[in-house]
Amino acid sequence: MIRSCLSALLSHWRRNPVQLFAYIAGLALATALWSGVQAINSEARASYQAAAATLGEGQNDLLFPKHGDHIPQETYVLLRRSGWLVSPIVSGRLNDVRLIGIDLVTSATGLASGGEALESTFIGSDRLLANEETALRLGSSLDITVDASIASGIAIGDIGFVQQLLGRDYLSHLVLLPDQPIGQPALDTIAPNLRLQSALTATNVTELTNSFHLNLTAFGLLSFAVGLFIVHSTIGLAFEQRRGMIRTLRSLGVPLHTLVILITIEMMMLATIGAGFGIVLGYLIAAFLLPDVAATLRGLYGAQISGTLELRASWWVSGLLLGLVGTAAALSSQIWRIAAMPILVSVKPRAWLVATTSRFRLHSIAAAVLLCATVPLALFCDGLLAGFVLLGCLLIGAALALPAITAYILTLLQKHTVAPVWAWFWADTRQQLPGLSLALMALLLAVSANIGVSTMVSSFRLTFVSFLDQRLAPELFVEVNSADQSVALETFLGSRKIEILPLLTTQVTMLEQTVALYGVRVGQTYRDHWVFLDETPAAWDLVETNNAVVVNEQLARRADLWVGDLVQITTDLALPIAAVVGDYGNPQAQIIMSENTFQGLHPEIHPLRFGIRTQAAAKLRLQIIELVGIDDSAIIDQAAIKALSLNVFERTFVVTSALNVLTLGVASFSILMSLLTLADLRVPQLAPVWALGLTRRHLGWLELLRSVILATIVFVCALPLGLALAWVLLTIINVEAFGWQLPIYLFPVNYLQLGGYALVAAFLAATWPAVRLISTSTSTLLGIFASER
Amino acid sequence: MLLRFEEVRKSFRDGDSVVPVLQDVSFELEAGQTLALRGESGSGKSTLLHIAGALEAPDAGHVWVSGQDLTRLNDNRRARLRRTEIALVFQQFNLIPSLTVEANISFHAALSGHVDLLHIEQISAALGLLGQMKKYPEALSGGQQQRVAIARAIAAKPKLMLADEPTGNLDEATAQDVLEQMLKLVVQMGTALMVVTHSPNIAARMDRQLHLRSGQLA
Repeated sequence: MIRSCLSALLSHWRRNPVQLFAYIAGLALATALWSGVQAINSEARASYQAAAATLGEGQNDLLFPKHGDHIPQETYVLLRRSGWLVSPIVSGRLNDVRLIGIDLVTSATGLASGGEALESTFIGSDRLLANEETALRLGSSLDITVDASIASGIAIGDIGFVQQLLGRDYLSHLVLLPDQPIGQPALDTIAPNLRLQSALTATNVTELTNSFHLNLTAFGLLSFAVGLFIVHSTIGLAFEQRRGMIRTLRSLGVPLHTLVILITIEMMMLATIGAGFGIVLGYLIAAFLLPDVAATLRGLYGAQISGTLELRASWWVSGLLLGLVGTAAALSSQIWRIAAMPILVSVKPRAWLVATTSRFRLHSIAAAVLLCATVPLALFCDGLLAGFVLLGCLLIGAALALPAITAYILTLLQKHTVAPVWAWFWADTRQQLPGLSLALMALLLAVSANIGVSTMVSSFRLTFVSFLDQRLAPELFVEVNSADQSVALETFLGSRKIEILPLLTTQVTMLEQTVALYGVRVGQTYRDHWVFLDETPAAWDLVETNNAVVVNEQLARRADLWVGDLVQITTDLALPIAAVVGDYGNPQAQIIMSENTFQGLHPEIHPLRFGIRTQAAAKLRLQIIELVGIDDSAIIDQAAIKALSLNVFERTFVVTSALNVLTLGVASFSILMSLLTLADLRVPQLAPVWALGLTRRHLGWLELLRSVILATIVFVCALPLGLALAWVLLTIINVEAFGWQLPIYLFPVNYLQLGGYALVAAFLAATWPAVRLISTSTSTLLGIFASER
Repeated sequence: MLLRFEEVRKSFRDGDSVVPVLQDVSFELEAGQTLALRGESGSGKSTLLHIAGALEAPDAGHVWVSGQDLTRLNDNRRARLRRTEIALVFQQFNLIPSLTVEANISFHAALSGHVDLLHIEQISAALGLLGQMKKYPEALSGGQQQRVAIARAIAAKPKLMLADEPTGNLDEATAQDVLEQMLKLVVQMGTALMVVTHSPNIAARMDRQLHLRSGQLA
């Protein structure tokens, strides 16, 4: 019995291959987008972990120079002699690979994942240790031992050899071993130029990259939801078409529970195949996008991730499980209906449409409740969880409200129509809504997600560009080694009346955190280029006259100090905050004060970094090298950095755009599948109209028009929803998750373009069903009127 | 006794009111016997047939099929009875659209695990379906689809065959032809047959006739 029954159930898919394709492809697309994004995330996280395991980053406290990036070897020797257990590290880049030189004799046990292997491999030798991909990048001229456990983009060697490769005789930083002896002299006494960075601070890169991963995950989840709509829609229609078969099977003696079990097995079996395809597709998507993501993360946050993808259980199992759970959720309501369906119930498809229409009211009530809930959630609730609940209420509420809103609009259009064909057209469109509602909801989610995410990313880009303008306004940036060089540079530039912007900096501990203090020479450049999140009038005037400071958003949020509040900088000095500046991607709190105020606090510190305003950057650069004696490597062309940073950001756009196109493609596929599946049910509805004088071609064009009109209504609804989504992401989720807020910018042209894409997608989706309708044989249409039907 | 109704009652709710459909219906049908059930529309004929086919349960009274009291059977046991003892032929054919004619005919027999290929071939030949075996139901005319439904019922070798207006959708000549074939095969197998019909001609071909008026046997 089971075999015969299963064979009968499966025969439905053989006879309806398009529906089978819709089911498997819908699930495959949903799983693909989710697992693809998860694959990227897990690869990146694995790379961070490998880097941490390789370098001991995040495990030990580190000593860095307060100014510049050089620690003289003498300082290291002095510290060791004074009893400080430190291990030297030299770090630099060669062929886009980060070279790390370590001293195995003094290194901490957790410093290198290789341990004894490292020792036996290269202690005192001219050999590097790297994974295969990195070894290839370094080229064949070096002696490299391949070790898969070394993080991608990193090569480790003996400190002497790495110094030789990098052409350096100084150190980058020192690792503080965990167990220090008691009674050692204070760090400030032995090495006043060094600062301690706790292991905790080093994890900030991971926190920053989390922002990027969260955005990707949100996108993946939205795409998964869109895919699930296809699955839900296909399952609904497949069950509808099989109601007759189910009734027959039961009347022929198949017990209900057997039928339920067999249907569940059948659908889950197909779902496993779909999810399996999805994982393969997800792998391909991730492999395609990963190089861009890797470049983005490296450029934005300095985080190294591998450019190659591994098949990790963490993402493919989650993709498979999510696919199956999603299917089970979509399946459960249909199974419930079968279980509750009387054996002698009518099997006419229309019954389903009527039943679905009756659910409209329930959906509308649920939509009203969910949308009303968003108001108190947005106004009164705090926390990341509340943010996500708000997001969920907004999206689900809007999706549920869509059919009712569309029905209302169509009723209005019908009321204002006189021509009988159009009156029929609007009424017929309204009648199609139950069958199309899931596909329309999927399109709504896809378009609004695109509007929301692209608004967020574009706002991020505008803010980022403005931030770059602000921070990279001086054409040249010079970093000197000593106070003498500092004075020489100022004298040289002063004599030529060139605007110079010295930057004094030091680290202090205040407000229970490490804060970077900056002393700046307030001038026109600051006034013209710095954009504040909040400010008092004439903020820079107050800073220039030593009467106020500017703080970055990170400090403002952590210390809850805003414009007008006093910052206790030392026991004797408290200044009000004149402005709060957005400082994107920087985890550290900052206070910016005037040069004079800074020098009053730290007279021993000389400016070692300078911004220089000039129209002839190349010429001035040569003069500085020749006449002041500053090394070429200490002068940075900021325009080039800006171009590089923008290029990095463009890569982020490639990732976002690719995901945008994929989501819209999935939604368009959902419409296509719904229209195709409904096509057979449509014949009895269209045959009478055809008989009354409308040609098949005319009916086909009307089908296309219907699809475009419905897509237009969806787009009109998606626009405010997408903007609301962007608002929640930028002003609630981002702040709750990362502590900084991005201003929202609107991009009307982009939205119109997206609307155009949605209409084209809907038109293309309706083309095949319309062509099928146009080519429907007259005998099929006439068959509708035959008595035996 | 193959089928026995004893004081069977059935009613349906229509809003707040209760509409009686069958009232104290009692009759018997022996193996190999044929019975026509007649009556006006709404007189309860189909409901009686559904109860006899273990598709619905009566509100009161007892129904025995092959010695088993349907009112004492749970859903699973009733399903087993439909699978092994009873075959139904509906006015709307109720074929499985995704299976070929051949698969449809053998389907009920396959469910009970007793497919007799020779028997199926004989039935198909007798009903003129041999040329249609690889086609799907949608490619057949109404009369042909009804023959497939009858062939499916007979192929399962049931003890009791129940037919609800089996020729109601067919023209006179086709109806006559289908009925002839059905009766011939039923008599050959010794199956008891109950047919719900409006047609006096069909009723006249049966061993016995029962008339239902407002849910009661006249």
